[in-house]
Parts: sequence; structure tokens; C-alpha cells
Amino acid sequence: MKTLINIFRELAGLFIDDGLFALAIGVVVVLAAIVAAIAPAVPIAAGVVLLVGCLGVLLYSR
Amino acid sequence: MTIAWTFVAPAVSAAFLSSLVEAVEALTIVLAVATVRGWRPAGLGALAGLATLALIVLALGPLLDRVPLHAFQLAIGVLLLLFGMRWLRKAILRAARVIPLHDEASAFAAGTAALREQAHHGTRLDWLAGLAAYKAMLLEGLEVVFVVIAVGAGRGLLVPASVGALAACALVAAVGFAVRRPLARVPENTLKFTVGVMLSAFGVFWTGEGLGVPWPGEDLAILGFAALFLAAAVAAVRLVRLPAVKALP
Repeated sequence: MKTLINIFRELAGLFIDDGLFALAIGVVVVLAAIVAAIAPAVPIAAGVVLLVGCLGVLLYSR
Repeated sequence: MTIAWTFVAPAVSAAFLSSLVEAVEALTIVLAVATVRGWRPAGLGALAGLATLALIVLALGPLLDRVPLHAFQLAIGVLLLLFGMRWLRKAILRAARVIPLHDEASAFAAGTAALREQAHHGTRLDWLAGLAAYKAMLLEGLEVVFVVIAVGAGRGLLVPASVGALAACALVAAVGFAVRRPLARVPENTLKFTVGVMLSAFGVFWTGEGLGVPWPGEDLAILGFAALFLAAAVAAVRLVRLPAVKALP
């Protein structure tokens, strides 16, 4: 059972290592989704938010 | 045709390179087990890990077709962003010497030391050693499967991506079996840096597709995203690099 829990913990760790970093990526995705929902006439706007946001998270998280 | 290759090549190379890294890490642990307890528990553990992996793929594989396309793209995209950017960030910090480089020789030494330590405590070592090989094969294998699905499933490239991943695993297994020691000379951080850039680019692309973003240039946009992530990552390394300690006169 302990081994199983460890495996699941390590599996989660593949995606979430630093909680704040993962949270920042999540916030960018949610912001992009909000932009996509409120500005469906300009769908590329969500893409710009997503791309710029992810690059920003990468640069800022150092 | 140009569009097809611009998508196939990054998908196959991302699957190949990430599998190379994962296979090297799995090989180190299997070799540590084999060194301490022989090839029987190492081989059995590794085979059991591969069998579990095959079962998981066979059980969950058919479900992929049932997930609505946009939801699938969004889920895979977000997971790729978390996975790829985590790799890239770690590679940046290692390249900037903020955290030490991953060293397979050290990992091998630590693995063998831990197994020998357990032997001194009279634990059933064959069982524990086999379990260590099993866990390594399963976890590293799951990462390979995830990357193959993530870069291949969205555009019907599961087969080429799988071939890329299997080629990497076969290469590492063949070299590892021949030299019988950890592949410490593989430039792991460079590989992780490259794969992190590629997976992050795929992550932005799929997340955007899932949100209904019409990317300019369609699949070609991935190459543009990769170039931007590479530029940002190189800039981040320069920004974060610790100043060298100057010798006092």
C-alpha cells in the first residue's frame, strides 16, 4: 500500500513539482479561457494571452 | 506535405528525446539493482513494470477515441504545459548552476548504497530490489507513454511517436546491456532543455486548440512557439546565472 501511495505521489510529481509554478500556469490557462469566452469574435486573443502568459511564467519563475 | 512533416518531425523527435532521458534514468536503477542483487530480481522487476505498463496502455488506450476532441486537446495541452515547463524550468536552473546537474553515476551510487543498506538491516532484499526495478520501469515508462500520447494522439501520429519512443528505449537498452554501467555521458540536461522547449510548445498549441484558437500557420505555429520558448529559456539562464565568485587578491 505504501509503495502504491508512493507511486501515485511520484505520478502527481511529474506534473506538479513546485506548487506556485503549477498554479501560475493554471492561472494563465484560466485567463486564456476567460478571454476566449468573453471575446469569441477575436479568438486569437486567447492564444496571445496563453503564449505570452506561459513565457512570462517561465521568465518570472526563476 | 510540408505541413505534415513540420508536425511529424517535432512529434517524433520529442518522443525520441524524452524517451531517451527516461530510459537512461530507468536503466540506472535497473543496473543498480542488478549490481547489488544480480540480474534475476532486476530483470523480473523490469519485466513486471513493462507488463503493468502494457496493461495500462491496453486498458486505457481505447478510451482515447471516446473523449470529445476539444476536451482531449485541452486536457493534454494543460498536462503538457505542466510537464514540459517543469522540465524546462529545471533545465534552466541546472544550466544556470542554481541546482546541480543530474548525474547518473551519483544516482547509481546512491541506488546501490540504499540497497546495500537495506541488506544490512536483514530486509528481504530480492523482493525490495525487484520492487525498485519495477517502480523505476513503471514510472519512467508512464512518462514515455504520456509524451507519446500527448504529442501523437491529437493528429493521428501515435504510431510514428511510438516508433520514436521505442527506438530510444531500444537504443538505451542495447547500449546499457553492452557497457553494463550507467550512461553518465549522455548530455541529459541538454536533452531535457530541448524536450522541455518542444513539450512546452506542444502544450501551448494543444491548449489553444482546445480553447478554439485558430493558430496562424496551423501546425507550423508549433515551430514558432518552440523558437520563442527557446529564446525565453536562454534568456532565463543568463538572467538567473549566479555570478562567479571572484578570487580575492
